[in-house]
Amino acid sequence: MSSSRYKIRLFKDRLFSAFAVLSALIGLSFLLLILFQVCHEGLQALSFDTFTKTTPPPGEKGGLANAMVGSFLLSGLAMLLSVPLGVMAGVYLAEFGRNGKLAMVVAFLNDILLSAPSICFGLFVYEIIVLPTHGFSGYAGAVALAFIAIPVILQTTRDMLTLVPDPLREAASALGAPRWKVVFTVCFRVAKGGIMTGILLSFARIAGETAPLLFTALNNRFWNVSMAEPMPNLPMTIYQLALSPYPDWHELAWAGAMVITLTVLSINVLTRFLTRDPSVNRI
Amino acid sequence: MNAFIRDVSFLSAMGVVVLTAAIVFVLGVAAAPAFKAFGWTFFVSDSWNPVKDVFGALPAIYGTLVTSFLALLFALPVGFGIAFFLVELSPPFLVKPLRVAIELLAGIPSIVFGFWGLFVLAPVFQKYIQPFLIDTLGSLPLIGPFFEGPAFGIGILTAGVVLAIMILPFLTAFLTEVFKTVSPLLKESAYALGATRWEVLKSIVTPSTRASIAGGIMLALGRALGETMAVTFVIGNFHRLKLSLLAPGTSISASIANEFNEATTDLHSASLLALGLILFVITFIVLACGKASVALLARRERR
Repeated sequence: MSSSRYKIRLFKDRLFSAFAVLSALIGLSFLLLILFQVCHEGLQALSFDTFTKTTPPPGEKGGLANAMVGSFLLSGLAMLLSVPLGVMAGVYLAEFGRNGKLAMVVAFLNDILLSAPSICFGLFVYEIIVLPTHGFSGYAGAVALAFIAIPVILQTTRDMLTLVPDPLREAASALGAPRWKVVFTVCFRVAKGGIMTGILLSFARIAGETAPLLFTALNNRFWNVSMAEPMPNLPMTIYQLALSPYPDWHELAWAGAMVITLTVLSINVLTRFLTRDPSVNRI
Repeated sequence: MNAFIRDVSFLSAMGVVVLTAAIVFVLGVAAAPAFKAFGWTFFVSDSWNPVKDVFGALPAIYGTLVTSFLALLFALPVGFGIAFFLVELSPPFLVKPLRVAIELLAGIPSIVFGFWGLFVLAPVFQKYIQPFLIDTLGSLPLIGPFFEGPAFGIGILTAGVVLAIMILPFLTAFLTEVFKTVSPLLKESAYALGATRWEVLKSIVTPSTRASIAGGIMLALGRALGETMAVTFVIGNFHRLKLSLLAPGTSISASIANEFNEATTDLHSASLLALGLILFVITFIVLACGKASVALLARRERR
């Protein structure tokens, strides 16, 4: 082995390793920088008022209470709509229609809907709900969010049920349990933790979605808990405050960005603890 | 009861098919007036004039493609490097925390990235990076025209960088998973023959995961193409085709987000809906290709 060639190979290796370390440093520092800045600026703007007062007119102090409540209501209704649909569709894919053609097509389309542009869902709901009912409403917003959540719930439900070993199903069937009872009393008990994780993840996902709300729930500066009216919500409020020319509003937007980021992050951390639940690992 | 539960689950699953078809159909019907009025010129015209009621999609399509391409250009090498670092170089105690951190960061809402881009990144670009690019690259032949003009801060390049930061966690997590699927036996055989880490990556890891890597790139591209909020804040919303990457431009999603609620005429909203349909179809094709190549590899591995 000529030593000069060996040196060149070693050099190439070192060079690439250095590049890998460097890119890890650069990439992570960018992401942590965003996180740090959002928290830093957000904390400065955060006050008790943020959680108790409504969105202020320009030049006055206010908070984001209405937007937070509105976001919570919108996401809550969206979850009510999407959890049964997503879970049942996942049940079909993993249990009743397993290996069928339809299940394959649905799984494929679902994977695509999972990362389809969320703004298209907004336009779609605008056409099917907002136009016919002649107005932006919380209902329309919740439906748009539900369309985003369904693919997430469907996918995790299917994946978790697929992990349930077949002998369990066969044992239950041998005891005379009909298929639906096998699914709901045996398979669900095993896959419970994983399915809950999927539901929580979908909640985290829609809590931060803005694009589907642009033309559906719109936004509202005032207190509103009626789903038939335009709903105040955190992402749209941040959007509007940030694009305004007023420094006061920008500060409030930072506070909102921090609230939304920390909410989503803590749900994601919570799901990690859930998946560490021994009942899931037993699969 | 069994039949009932089965049928309910069947209908829920059918819902996914119906939803996909309904989106294409409803957007298609709503966009029809725009296609009827402009025909194929809708795709190649660059005039977007709500006052004269004339609309062309080219600047928006161009902006969507270029920002997504730039995002991949920046994010891919970095993501590749991080994934390699995590799989081969990192001390073991760092691997788990880093992977968790990356996965958590993938969940940050896109509006936060856009917001940060507007208030933090854009001023830095305007003050330091863009003047630097204009002074150094702007006068060069060939690539000069891409770096011309005043420094606005916001623009196509800034949008590309924000998008890159946003897709980085997803891309990295995906590549790490892919690199980990390579059989340790193969890698260790190469190491035993005296291969360096770079050589193992180049001649063992990458070739045996090519389809998955291509799939992951497509999936990341699909996300970048459809991203709305991260882009809308920083792209400038300017419907004119400019060669310069520093100039403000627009993307499909940004045009829709900015103008749909204020659309002045029926043709204006129909044109925006047509943009929405185009975006849905483009991302559908890209994501389908990505899924197909990932599935292809999974089947080949099972054999």
